Amino acid sequence: MTHPVLTMTSISKTFPGVRALDGVQFRLFPGEIHALMGENGAGKSTLIKVLTGVYSPDEGAIDLAGTPVSFGGPMQAAAAGVSTVYQEVNLCANLSVAENIFIGREPRRLGSIHWGEMRRRARALLARLDLDIDVTALLGTYSLAVQQMVAIARAIDIKARILILDEPTSSLDAREVEQLFRIMRQLRDTGIAILFVTHFLDQVYSVADRITVLRNGKLVGEYPIAELPQLALVEKMIGKELDVLERLEEQPKRDLAALEASTPFIQADGVGRKGVVAPFSLTIHGGEVVGLAGLLGSGRTEVARLLFGADRADSGRFVVNGAQTPMRNPVAAIGHDIAFCSENRRTEGLVGDLTVRENIILAMQAARGWLRPLPRRRQDELVAKYVEALSIRPSDPEIPVRNLSGGNQQKVLLARWLITEPRLLILDEPTRGIDIGAKAEIQKLVVQLSDGGMAVLFISAELEEVLRLSHKIAVMRDRNLVSQLANDDTVSAEHIMQAIASAGGTGQ
Amino acid sequence: MSALKNHRLFWPVLVLVALLTANAIYRPSFLAVQMRDGHLYGSVIDIVRLSAPLILVALGMTLVIATGGIDLSVGSICAISGAVACFYISQQPDQNSLASVLTALVLGLGLALVLGAWNGVLVAIIGIQPIIATLILMVAGRGLAQLITEGQIITINSSPYKTIGVGHLLTLPFAIFVALAVTVLLAALTRRTALGMIIESVGGNAEASRLAGIRSRRIIFLAYVISAVCAAIAGFMLTANVSSADGNSAGLWIELDAILAVVIGGTSLAGGRFFFSGTILGALIIQTLTTTVYAMDISPQTSLLFKAVVVIAVCLIQAPAFRDKFTRRKPTAVSQKEQVPA
Amino acid sequence: MTTNIFTGRTWPRLLQQRHLPLLATLALLLVMYGVGVSQYRAFSNVQVIFNVFIDNGFLLVVAVGMTFVILTGGIDLSVGSVVAMTAMVSASLLQDGKPAPLVLLIALLIGPALGFVMGCVIHYFEIQPFIVTLAGMFFARGMCTWISETSIPITDPFWTAAAQERIGDPRGNFVSVSVLIAFAVVAIAAYTLAYTPLGRNVYAIGGNPQSALLMGLPVARTRIAVYTISGLCSAVGGILLSFYTLSGAPLIAVGMELDVIAAVVIGGTVLTGGSGYVFGTVLGVLVLGVIQTLITFDGTLSSWWTKIVIGGLLFVFILLQRLIGIRKK
Repeated sequence: MTHPVLTMTSISKTFPGVRALDGVQFRLFPGEIHALMGENGAGKSTLIKVLTGVYSPDEGAIDLAGTPVSFGGPMQAAAAGVSTVYQEVNLCANLSVAENIFIGREPRRLGSIHWGEMRRRARALLARLDLDIDVTALLGTYSLAVQQMVAIARAIDIKARILILDEPTSSLDAREVEQLFRIMRQLRDTGIAILFVTHFLDQVYSVADRITVLRNGKLVGEYPIAELPQLALVEKMIGKELDVLERLEEQPKRDLAALEASTPFIQADGVGRKGVVAPFSLTIHGGEVVGLAGLLGSGRTEVARLLFGADRADSGRFVVNGAQTPMRNPVAAIGHDIAFCSENRRTEGLVGDLTVRENIILAMQAARGWLRPLPRRRQDELVAKYVEALSIRPSDPEIPVRNLSGGNQQKVLLARWLITEPRLLILDEPTRGIDIGAKAEIQKLVVQLSDGGMAVLFISAELEEVLRLSHKIAVMRDRNLVSQLANDDTVSAEHIMQAIASAGGTGQ
Repeated sequence: MSALKNHRLFWPVLVLVALLTANAIYRPSFLAVQMRDGHLYGSVIDIVRLSAPLILVALGMTLVIATGGIDLSVGSICAISGAVACFYISQQPDQNSLASVLTALVLGLGLALVLGAWNGVLVAIIGIQPIIATLILMVAGRGLAQLITEGQIITINSSPYKTIGVGHLLTLPFAIFVALAVTVLLAALTRRTALGMIIESVGGNAEASRLAGIRSRRIIFLAYVISAVCAAIAGFMLTANVSSADGNSAGLWIELDAILAVVIGGTSLAGGRFFFSGTILGALIIQTLTTTVYAMDISPQTSLLFKAVVVIAVCLIQAPAFRDKFTRRKPTAVSQKEQVPA
Repeated sequence: MTTNIFTGRTWPRLLQQRHLPLLATLALLLVMYGVGVSQYRAFSNVQVIFNVFIDNGFLLVVAVGMTFVILTGGIDLSVGSVVAMTAMVSASLLQDGKPAPLVLLIALLIGPALGFVMGCVIHYFEIQPFIVTLAGMFFARGMCTWISETSIPITDPFWTAAAQERIGDPRGNFVSVSVLIAFAVVAIAAYTLAYTPLGRNVYAIGGNPQSALLMGLPVARTRIAVYTISGLCSAVGGILLSFYTLSGAPLIAVGMELDVIAAVVIGGTVLTGGSGYVFGTVLGVLVLGVIQTLITFDGTLSSWWTKIVIGGLLFVFILLQRLIGIRKK
């Protein structure tokens, strides 16, 4: 066996309040494709950023081909042979293909840029990647897949020894992914070490040689691909040992049959959006909690956004309360008493400048229109009631919401929708990044609300939560809704993991 | 003391007081107010009267900036509405007829509504960047104003119209009451209804607002219309001051002063929270600066030098990047956010 | 293996779209010229074209500088005032009897210095270019009146020679020295944008500043450079203007920034940055010049129509850019 080209030893990195990496080991051999796996917050991006010098580690050492290194930034890393291609193509769409490959180190003649030489070298380089395109055309005129290839071409031209591909496949279709893999294998065979980050399990198994799994900033393990079946991988990523989950299941399961007898509140019938989520059908009844399980990037959030009209579905139809209705935009959804708490509290949920009170009444006020302001006394009553009920701290409703902690911000967002008395509440990762106490409170609240007749769509990466709260569980995988299970005594975390991991179809 | 210093109006008030004090020391009669012919006169009253048009324009600009936009066309709208009003009055047999003056005002306001709607459509419906969208009317508007006046300076002799600019009411200049009335009206419109909060929400976080069910296009459209109407009233005032309409120079560069007043007043150019009180203070500071320079026998144009210093100073004080670099306190919320791992 | 899906272009039509604004401007210019020639016999005289250049040489130089700034996605409102300030400084120094070469050197240093400072404030303190250059505009205009409240005539022999020198063909058609200088500036700028890393970095930053940073391009240096270049172009423009008017006047070139921005946009440069050519800016300036000439030739149309037409053209071109932008998405 050869020596590793890269060894990262005991890497730790702490951010205010978060231990992002905790003594992580990582190694990379020349001529291998190495998948780095882990759920949100596992520490994948932090590890890559430490490697490329975006962050400096608090502890630990990085060794590149036998020399200790510490990069000042991605440029230095690239110069030393560690190149990164990001998920969003970080090139300039307004420049030509050739220029995107060479900008910053253009071939020169007598001080001027030698365009002819640049084009020639670009063509030669792209030919290595089996890409025969017009290198003088603007990058923006090509599909994302081609842009990704150009990014790889740029990366390997800087004499790369290590190529980091950070979720390169998330916007590619199946054929494009195949092409990318072919090139990855080709590059591997020339001795380049490829670090591959993806959320798609099938892809890992079709291209990777070795897997490193991270969870909560810690190393779970490094495995040759043959020694880690899909189900085991999912368990290692999600991390609850099965017996722990079993014990939680001893709580009484929630009964579905009675609920399913009534008219459904909402029926999504073949609803989908091209390139975002494959057509799916989902029915939610009043008083029912539907859990949406699946790995990050499996299309959980996208389903929620379609149901709320945040993105427009381009196929299928919605039936709300027995009447067909186009879910054109959030205003329409809110008109049907649907509420949506986004997982991105800061960018899609709260308005940081506004006070707690204003954030809470925002949706209700928007529905009334600006000409009919909610009387201040009524505002204060409602706000006081929910600050109390959800124990939002600090309890002063007149401070800007951005000064609150994550858990309290989440409660403010919940309160915003609860005062509108929705009939369907969509919660996208409501318990992520908040402390245990707040988490338990929110889970309790979901049970109370559904007992009161509200329909809830509950999205969470934590199976334990989904199992505990849901009447029915829908499982997402590679942007498909792959199965729906009534959450009775026969269902266990293992079932769901199998559904997540099952290699049915090729994804996409 | 620290709480006082952190109040958003601390710096604007400090600057205004400093300017007034400097004037009072330089010329002790500065603060004096006299009663003549039943009207109050004095430098301070002059400053307020002269800043009335700027206050009006800046109030409208405040709303536009709060939505995250900017309106460069207000100066041109001043010129157009002033020109329309003066042109109409100049065509009347009896220029002193109250009815024809009122008709003139309605015409001017009506046209301003159309122009504001034009800006609103470009920004909110077609989705052109505000700075570019309003640049069109900024350029073309001057031409339109001259088209109305046929390149002439229209002089009118209408005492009702003149009152808007230089008349008096209850011993005080009439213009002060107009500015006050518009301020009260706008404050009521935004703070008695939910409009203010919704504007702040749209400017503060457009995507979150959309997901909360706010129809932001309508709100943004409305802000540009209000801005145009405010500019039109300022245009009446400016032309009434001199009883003539000059398409070329009426309201020239007032958009820049207005933006400045808004920024000095603590409303962020990025949108979000807005403060009418700060804007008014900002307008008063700008006018006091001009008057001060004038009183000190420096040419009015040179006052631009001082203005440049004030703009840069105020913007730097408010810029997070500047604060971070030059204050050794705990990092601001913004820089903390950036450190959270992605 | 046999099916390579990455051959060929996805949307070949878009290739032409990037030149669409430029072609539209060219067509517009030809149409306007055609109208002029068909309506007025004297319009076909070559000197008419030369006069457009003579009257707008300084505008062209300033617009070239603005093109750099707009290509990065910024804006420079200070140009008109810097032009005036440069002319004022030159006139005032010459009046004091300073030698012409020294005056030229000083005058050409002030603009870039101001541009450099503005660029630093914009980049390092992250204040919008609009506000910073607005302050620069106030500052430069204030300096003008601080130097003198009235116009200062220039009698220096070098200046008068530059103003009166006619470079022409035997048939009597001629251009001024300023036109040649303007052409030189255009040529240097076009070379810089197309053939130097600085120029390409300007496009990259305008296209996607985050990417530019990640690709390791010198974003800070480039951004400061464009405002310095714009300052330098404004300074050259100021000198040319003082050749043209043989004086420095404190209120000259008021509002010139609008004409300059309009010329750049009509020339096909996208105001959000990343796309455009110096050649387009030349066309844009010509469009403005020909509009003025047409209105002068007509005699019945009044001068304010210039502004209305420019505003109308701005609208059309911005709408065109917006539509192309939407289709790209």
